[in-house]
Amino acid sequence: MRMRRVWWGSAAAGLAVVLGLSIASGPAPGAPSGGVQVIDVPQPIYRTGPYAAGGSGFAGGREDYLALLNSRGGVDGVLFRWSECEDAYDTARGVECYERTKKDMVVVWPSSTGITYALVDRTIQDKIPMVTIGYGRSDATDGKTFPWIFPVLGNYWSQASSFIRYIAASVGGEQNLKGKRIALLHLDIPYGREPIPMFEDLSKQFGFEFHNYPLPAPGLEQSAAWVDMARRYHADYVIQWNFGQSCTVPFTASRQVAFPIEKFMGVWWCGSEEDVRPAADLAKGYVTSNFTGVGRNFPVIQQILSTVYKSGKGNIDEARVGTVYYNRGVIEAAVFAEAVHNGIKQFGLPVTGTKVRWGLEHLNLSDARLKELGLTGMIPPVTLTPDDHGGVSSAYFQRWDGKQWVRIPGLWQPYADLVRAQIAKSAAEYRLHFR
Amino acid sequence: MLYRECGVYRTTYAQDAALFPLPADRIGTAVLVLAAVLLPPLLGTYWLRGILIPFLVFSLAALGLNFLTGYAGLLSLGHAAFMAVGAYAGVILYGRYAVPLPLALLGAGVIAAAVGAVAGTPSLRIKGFYLAVATLAAQFLITWTIQHVPWISGGVFATINTPTVRVGGLVLDTALRQYYLAFVVVALLTVFGMNLTRSRIGRAWMAIRDRDIAAEIIGIRLLKYKVLAFIVAAFYAGVAGALVVFCWYGSANIEEFDLVNSVRILGMVIIGGMGSIVGSFLGAGFVTLLPILVSVAVHKAGVLIGGGAANSLISSLEDLIFGAMIVLFLVLEPLGLARLWKTIKDYLRLWPFPY
Amino acid sequence: MSPDLGFALELLVSGLLVGVLYAMVALGFVLIYKASDVFNFAQGAMTFFAALALVSVLPHLGWPLSLLFVVVLMAALAVVIERVALRPLAGRPPLALAMSTLGVTFALGGLAQALWGTEPQRLSLGISPEPIQAAGILINRVDLVAAGAVAIIVAALIWFFQRTKLGLGLRAVADDHEAAMSVGIALRRVWVVAWTLSGLVAIAAGILWGNRIGVGFAVSLIALKALPVLIIGGIDSIPGAIIGGLIVGATESLAEGFIGPLVGGGVQEIFPYLVALIFLMVRPYGLFGRPVIERV
Repeated sequence: MRMRRVWWGSAAAGLAVVLGLSIASGPAPGAPSGGVQVIDVPQPIYRTGPYAAGGSGFAGGREDYLALLNSRGGVDGVLFRWSECEDAYDTARGVECYERTKKDMVVVWPSSTGITYALVDRTIQDKIPMVTIGYGRSDATDGKTFPWIFPVLGNYWSQASSFIRYIAASVGGEQNLKGKRIALLHLDIPYGREPIPMFEDLSKQFGFEFHNYPLPAPGLEQSAAWVDMARRYHADYVIQWNFGQSCTVPFTASRQVAFPIEKFMGVWWCGSEEDVRPAADLAKGYVTSNFTGVGRNFPVIQQILSTVYKSGKGNIDEARVGTVYYNRGVIEAAVFAEAVHNGIKQFGLPVTGTKVRWGLEHLNLSDARLKELGLTGMIPPVTLTPDDHGGVSSAYFQRWDGKQWVRIPGLWQPYADLVRAQIAKSAAEYRLHFR
Repeated sequence: MLYRECGVYRTTYAQDAALFPLPADRIGTAVLVLAAVLLPPLLGTYWLRGILIPFLVFSLAALGLNFLTGYAGLLSLGHAAFMAVGAYAGVILYGRYAVPLPLALLGAGVIAAAVGAVAGTPSLRIKGFYLAVATLAAQFLITWTIQHVPWISGGVFATINTPTVRVGGLVLDTALRQYYLAFVVVALLTVFGMNLTRSRIGRAWMAIRDRDIAAEIIGIRLLKYKVLAFIVAAFYAGVAGALVVFCWYGSANIEEFDLVNSVRILGMVIIGGMGSIVGSFLGAGFVTLLPILVSVAVHKAGVLIGGGAANSLISSLEDLIFGAMIVLFLVLEPLGLARLWKTIKDYLRLWPFPY
Repeated sequence: MSPDLGFALELLVSGLLVGVLYAMVALGFVLIYKASDVFNFAQGAMTFFAALALVSVLPHLGWPLSLLFVVVLMAALAVVIERVALRPLAGRPPLALAMSTLGVTFALGGLAQALWGTEPQRLSLGISPEPIQAAGILINRVDLVAAGAVAIIVAALIWFFQRTKLGLGLRAVADDHEAAMSVGIALRRVWVVAWTLSGLVAIAAGILWGNRIGVGFAVSLIALKALPVLIIGGIDSIPGAIIGGLIVGATESLAEGFIGPLVGGGVQEIFPYLVALIFLMVRPYGLFGRPVIERV
């Protein structure tokens, strides 16, 4: 009986502590002192589970960039105060996080496909712009149909067509694409299936063969697909469209069927250091696309290192500064800060979701402006309008040299006509059924 | 004292068959229902959309699984897939064929039930753990079919958004109205379920659960009642899935109905209490709400000790604490939270004058 | 050899070799189920925990010491799990015990990530990744080593269960808890032994899978692949786990290669279950599982 007492006691104590703490109000992290205008930036984010490397990278990048701005006195005198809400990459948790913190939100980065879909209607009602750089609905480019979603840089369709542009260049021109066999190895979830219609359109246009190989999520066992691609289909190129550890599996699986690594490429969500490090030398020579520059060789990253990290206020392990996920977080924060700046310039304070949306719709990150912000080379120049929320944009390509990602010179344009046609078709379908 | 059973005389059959024979239960339930109807307008959208609607939806799903697992003694790890069937059926009926919402909800349940009937047939021969894993076949087959048949999935996104949700002339665009729809549906199906478990069917299920061979010998047809259990469970799951679309996410997205959610719903039933209606609700509350509570608490504590780069550590601790809580509550009450609730009632029966 | 036949053979070989790895994970479930009738949800998390612990100490200690460290760690873990999550629930419904191991799953995953971080790590066995060519078929060296390792482990387990007093004790407990206790077998010690053994199997599975897919949280999801293995082979049979693993590996590989193209692919997850259903219709307790004799 004494034992049960102990159990009961610990249960009661545990619950009391949890309840007490969750009711108690504490200061938000990174809180600047009073007297100035402050924008809250709550973020649903995942720091545990299979995709933790992504979530922690994004969060670190965003927070460090906002910290950098704060150290310079903020944007137009407005400071940022960020906080995190752990959603474990679970849609229900993500929606709960959004609902809990939306009263303070002027922007939301869902950082997950599922949460993006679940927030489409809510963000319209709540008037909070949703920025989904490099993921989410590919047809959200259409600002008329999706007024509150901003893909900003490339989407999956634009990326798929950049892949073909890249392959065309490596086989010596588009005319040589004819008869080539291209395989798509993808997770069998909506994210992995999204590029298929684009590749099919492109294969019709250029006369290459295309075949897709779905992997049931989580995609950890791929040997059957690899035997098929390498030994029956005899693919000339394999593009993987996976996420998390399923991105790492091909490095051993492709060796097993003697498929050359130079002919193997990956979507930008398979293009982080965390995806290739566990494969070490096996990944050497592997190419992926990217929508941001990689490394520390950018003024803004140097500034973050010299201000934020020098004063010991970094938000991530310093070794990860400049990694792929981290830089994406920096770009997300930079696009947001620029939108805030635009909104303040046009309407003045206080900053609201509607003003940030206006700021995003009039985003003009020209070469000159990128240079001013220290972002030169991190993203291609981008201009948005109320009708065009971005998403059709050039991609970078990068190669793993065994130690780090190395940018492949050049900027790979999408086949914009095909991509825009696909977007128009999909958006029209959406309007027809759901508005 | 507070919870009295003595002095309650049942003098008619109607009284004996009442859902809540005890005045204390009647008052308690009335207060709860009144609170559920009157309080929500005072709560913000966070409480409705972040907490109460998910709680109601998962309660309904858990209730369905409880008929199968708690009452009929059959295991299923395919429950989330039945929800997926309901979600897609509901949104296709409502969005594509303009079926009125109440009928679309019913249709979602019926179609899910039909799928459940097929998935349930192996239960006649296979039992226990083997049945649980066999139902995984249904889980994978259903999600695969939904994704690979464009007519169902609506294209490569495999995500169908619902058009504006209307019941009669009323547009369900506010959190409050969505909550009331979910509440009414859950309340109706709960009352139906309470009666079902006391009916011939419910008693047949319990007989099968306790000893299926004995049940067969006294004349209960196993095939009929086992498949019926799957049908009812899948019906509830289907309606819950449709509610996910109409009241919660606004879209049917196949990724939300994966195996993890099937395990989660089974967890609700076991932690809540097998063979208990109240337990389904308590279990759903435990599994959906406790992680949020732990998360808030841990992050608040994290801010007190430093935050920043320690965030990843803090988030990992959430899982550690949530896992420990599951073990702790099971050790305290292996029969589930419903039994805990009964223990409390027994205590209140004598309180404040124990012997 | 016709191209189709050659292709089928390659699919079969690669499938069988993966099947061996599934069997490795399935063995962990079997060991615990045999001794305690508990379905251990935490088997995947244990595999992840063991692999992550190993790679985290490997750079500092080297292989022999690291292995020793992980073995001790898993044994200690077995003691803790038995004490905290199982013993208080002894004699309770098996589902409550299974749920308790689900709690352990969350806790272990959280603990591993809190201790050693969330970044995927590298685990290399130092075996050449280049395949061997045999009769036109490519065979992976690592997979051959894995198959050898699994054979040794299974032989050791069989010896343990047939020839040692402790192993016989475990079998006795599996047959009948109460009868075993009445002849003086300490149930608690048997549980600790079973969980330790399962922990050791988790180390082996963690190393083999970690070498294949990297050591990250996803390693814990590999356990899902063991489920059809368990129902085909029987959840309480060691040879069943091996045979079941081979059947599952071969089935999913061949199904993806030949049926996949007909229906749009992505069927490798489904087919092992369909095959399992057929097996279960004939033998409801798996190929080698112990049938439960029912009386009224």
